[in-house]
Amino acid sequence: MRFSTRDQVKRLACRPDDPTIVGVSHSQDQVRTFSLLGGDGWIDEPIEPPGDVESEEMIVNMGPQHPSTHGVLRIELRTDGESVLQATPHLGYLHRCKEKIGENLPYYQFIGYTDRLDYLSAMNNNLAWSMAVEQLAGISVPRRAEFIRVIACELNRIASHLVSFGTYGLDMGAFTPFLYAFREREYILDLFEQMCGARLTLSYINIGGVTWDLPPGFEDKLIEFLDYFEPKIDEYNRLLTWNRIFVKRTAGLGVISKSLAIDYALSGPCIRASGVPLDLRRDRPYSVYPELEFDVIVGRGEAGQLGDCWDRYWVKMAEMKECCRIIRQCVRMMPSGLFRAKLPRNMKVPPGEIYVEAENPRGHLGFYIESAGGPIPQRVKIRGPSFVNLSILPELVRGVLIADIPAIIGSIDIVMGEVDR
Amino acid sequence: MKETDVKVLQEPTLSLADQFYLPQVLKGLGTTMKHMFKVVALGQDRVIQYPEERREDLPVGEGGILRQTYRGVHRLNRDEEGRVKCVACFMCATACPARCIHIEGAESPWADREKYPIKFDIDELRCIYCGMCEEACPVDAIELTSIYDIVGLTRQEMIFDKEKLLRIYDQTVKEEPM
Repeated sequence: MRFSTRDQVKRLACRPDDPTIVGVSHSQDQVRTFSLLGGDGWIDEPIEPPGDVESEEMIVNMGPQHPSTHGVLRIELRTDGESVLQATPHLGYLHRCKEKIGENLPYYQFIGYTDRLDYLSAMNNNLAWSMAVEQLAGISVPRRAEFIRVIACELNRIASHLVSFGTYGLDMGAFTPFLYAFREREYILDLFEQMCGARLTLSYINIGGVTWDLPPGFEDKLIEFLDYFEPKIDEYNRLLTWNRIFVKRTAGLGVISKSLAIDYALSGPCIRASGVPLDLRRDRPYSVYPELEFDVIVGRGEAGQLGDCWDRYWVKMAEMKECCRIIRQCVRMMPSGLFRAKLPRNMKVPPGEIYVEAENPRGHLGFYIESAGGPIPQRVKIRGPSFVNLSILPELVRGVLIADIPAIIGSIDIVMGEVDR
Repeated sequence: MKETDVKVLQEPTLSLADQFYLPQVLKGLGTTMKHMFKVVALGQDRVIQYPEERREDLPVGEGGILRQTYRGVHRLNRDEEGRVKCVACFMCATACPARCIHIEGAESPWADREKYPIKFDIDELRCIYCGMCEEACPVDAIELTSIYDIVGLTRQEMIFDKEKLLRIYDQTVKEEPM
């Protein structure tokens, strides 16, 4: 493993007194390793400003209680007056050893823990985990279950984007859209409650299908909701998206170019806003997505520059309409039949390894499972989209004003439960 | 970053009306007022005045709870003779991802089964309400009810024992038959 000469090597979420963690420094063609315990060459030394300019720098901690950091993210800002010279995100406030828990529980029991990864899109997390285990164990899912899964996932995508849209307005100083977004989300949560009995930690999509069948009359309620919801999107676009004040605040800010987005392995709305049409639902189709007709929304830089904050916001708004389209098709095409494959209670999984990615509202959620046979996985690795998308933050905030940081963080749309996991 | 990626844009010029931002503020206020009218005059709101108005009393389409599927506090079902239905097979305790169910089985005094639980404790603070115990139970003895507000002053109070869980059954059996 090679690190760059800037040596941003640090622990993410380990015990502070763990002596096994070692940093590596490549300075002047000399490779030097040092323990993070000793004072030897630790990296947070301030960088001298170039030239002989007289200016006073200040270290400002933004978060973890700051409301616009969307959870417990702390950003250490090196500021010069109002402008930011350097930003270092600090993670780990919500670390719960999810991967280690996954290595100690049977496959089906980890479903409940995936809910709490990206808690705004529990259905999508459940689906990614279930697909990974199903592919590893060679389980085929009944066709009706696949349609129920897609409906659940797309509903959750709408709910997740609604939160993102509402809180982004809140960050920008528009309070009313937040209330409207949460009102619509309430309808979706009510639908979830009828499907599976929970509103947030759903645990609905399960290995081999879904846990319970849809309640009678659910399809009509779904169509009723879509009929109510679709005109609302246009209203929100009128209220916030094309509002001159909002556009001035977000357009042309935090621009991610196409190549930069690919370099940082962004995914989801973040990379699509930069003009890269990457959507796993279409590019590496899973479940019944190949049979469904939908558009991949790509940012076009309508308000400012391609890949700016406004584009990332707009992709989410436009995607909600696509979700409605997908759900309508699913309701039309859904067959009757089994909702879950018959599986033995104590399921044994053959030895092997697998990596499965699914398109979450925030990007690609990947699960890597290594199995040595038996009911418990040997190694679980989670690739969280928020975590990877957050890595571009130091690049984006260099040189912007402090007041623009909430706009940039809000547009990347992170959920700390998944960043820290 | 490559040179070709850099795109220099001219900032769009604002008209006089745009420069004041006032028309935009008024336009936004118009939408807000429309919604306010709908709520105040037509009563189309989604607000539930919680302690006075409860979700259990509302119809399902208007924010009510669908009792059959809701995942709230557990209960232990009774059979026709009023005995605990559980056979102490430990399936729920094994299926629980949070390890919050503690059962102690004993020789059953009744003829129709071999074992029954003398102790059945569920730590409601540890529970994640995933419903896997209900799914695992072979005799439909454990079920999740639609009770969602449980309070206690101590942690010990929140560990529900067999008697408490059977009481919850008596309390909810009318609205939620087995």
